[in-house]
Amino acid sequence: MSAPARASSAFRTGPATRVALWLILAYALYAASQLGFSWTRFVEGLGHGARFLGRMFPPDLSHRDDLADGIAETLQIAVLASLAGIVLSLPIGLLGARNLMPGPVSWAARALVSVCRSLHPVIVAILFVKAVGFGPLAGVLALVVSSIGFIGKLFSEAIEEISHKQVEAIRATGASFMNVVLFGVLPQVLPRFVGFATYQLDSNLRNSTMVGIVGAGGVGGVLLSAFQRFDYAFVLTILLTIIAIIVVGELAANSVKKVFHV
Amino acid sequence: MTHALEIKGLVKQYQPGRPILKGIDLAIPGAGLTAIIGPSGTGKSTLIRCINRLVDPSAGEIWFGSGGERIDLARLRGRALRASRCRIGMVFQEYNLVERLTVMENLLSGRLGYMGAWAAWRRKFDQADIAYAFELLDTVGLGAHASQRADALSGGQRQRVGIARALMQRPPLLLADEPTSSLDPKTSFEIMGLLRDQGRARGIPVIVNIHDVELAKRYADRIIGLSGGQVVYDGGAADLDDARLRQIYGGQDWLA
Repeated sequence: MSAPARASSAFRTGPATRVALWLILAYALYAASQLGFSWTRFVEGLGHGARFLGRMFPPDLSHRDDLADGIAETLQIAVLASLAGIVLSLPIGLLGARNLMPGPVSWAARALVSVCRSLHPVIVAILFVKAVGFGPLAGVLALVVSSIGFIGKLFSEAIEEISHKQVEAIRATGASFMNVVLFGVLPQVLPRFVGFATYQLDSNLRNSTMVGIVGAGGVGGVLLSAFQRFDYAFVLTILLTIIAIIVVGELAANSVKKVFHV
Repeated sequence: MTHALEIKGLVKQYQPGRPILKGIDLAIPGAGLTAIIGPSGTGKSTLIRCINRLVDPSAGEIWFGSGGERIDLARLRGRALRASRCRIGMVFQEYNLVERLTVMENLLSGRLGYMGAWAAWRRKFDQADIAYAFELLDTVGLGAHASQRADALSGGQRQRVGIARALMQRPPLLLADEPTSSLDPKTSFEIMGLLRDQGRARGIPVIVNIHDVELAKRYADRIIGLSGGQVVYDGGAADLDDARLRQIYGGQDWLA
């Protein structure tokens, strides 16, 4: 093979990659044609959107009590669900770690976590509303399930990546399994756990504003009824409040991480 | 005289039909530093790890005498195995300290075998153990570093903490698996000296895997040469001449 031919072969994409790219593009075009998009509809939609946005201003500050009640409930749902979710995820994550647990145990724990993760929190919230009735309890339960599904998996993976040498040294002192976990495993994963937990609190804050839309408590219910009354000025107030809370939550999470040197 | 450790017909195979230890017979007396030398991959580390059962032997007996009774370590399981591990200190090649814990917590982890999880979680260590830990830190020359995190220390300092952690167990037997392989020559001498002196001061046997023949000759009371999974030399440092070394390691260019 000549030198230039060799040089161009160094970075050539394989035929399989190229076929895959063309297939993805073809499917995207097909899907767009099936869903009945058209340029006219898009342009008309822009006009509707502008009118909708116009009706939002100025934000309506008159229903402050409704808003405050909804926000308070949302925060309570998020904090309770995060606490319960993290506390339950710790043992489940430990049971799911393949380097510490016998095969069947870790398989069962990881299967549980997968089931928790497979359904969107809103769908889980609908299930719990049917099971325990309307209200914040359904919201808390739904977010506990999604928290386990998310951080349970991350906890397991963090434990599977630890250094075995440190664990071995603690085992060699004659420590029991629990003491090996406390001194050999936890110190290695704790900073990452704190990172996952604050991330989960952040995501529960966002999700708890949403479960209310299906009747599982929180500000989502207030938001839905404002939409249904076409009270777009109040909708804007609610949305701005949610954004403010998420930003404050993120700042709080960052300072927690700083304390733990994550 | 009874032996601190008596190994009979010890076999270990990780894959069936390919034993790495092919029937080791050894008796370790109640005191003195025994160095195990031999080429890489010949099972030195496996031999040491069979003693405290970080590796499970495939066959053979390991009789461990301490506190007036003799136990076959090879047969132990569960609680009895952990109780025996409490009485065997171990020093590792890469120190194996828990990096994110302080020096003091690393030392006190040598007492975990005697504690319940609830007490360990709350760091409720025995006052006498804490006092002993400070004493040991002074002994290994790290008295000022108690509250530093282990990952802030240098290699030599870490290995001193590793030795102190093993001594924290107040063990009747001390094992060391290549304790100097990650250290510079000067620190290696200091660490070997510390292991020998602490063994002497406590009147306990020390077994050290080592691949540096000069270090072994200088610090060991007895040298065991392992080759091909078998003991091919067992004697003092003085008798370990070039012919013997050739027998252990093979080849001869490196001896010139």
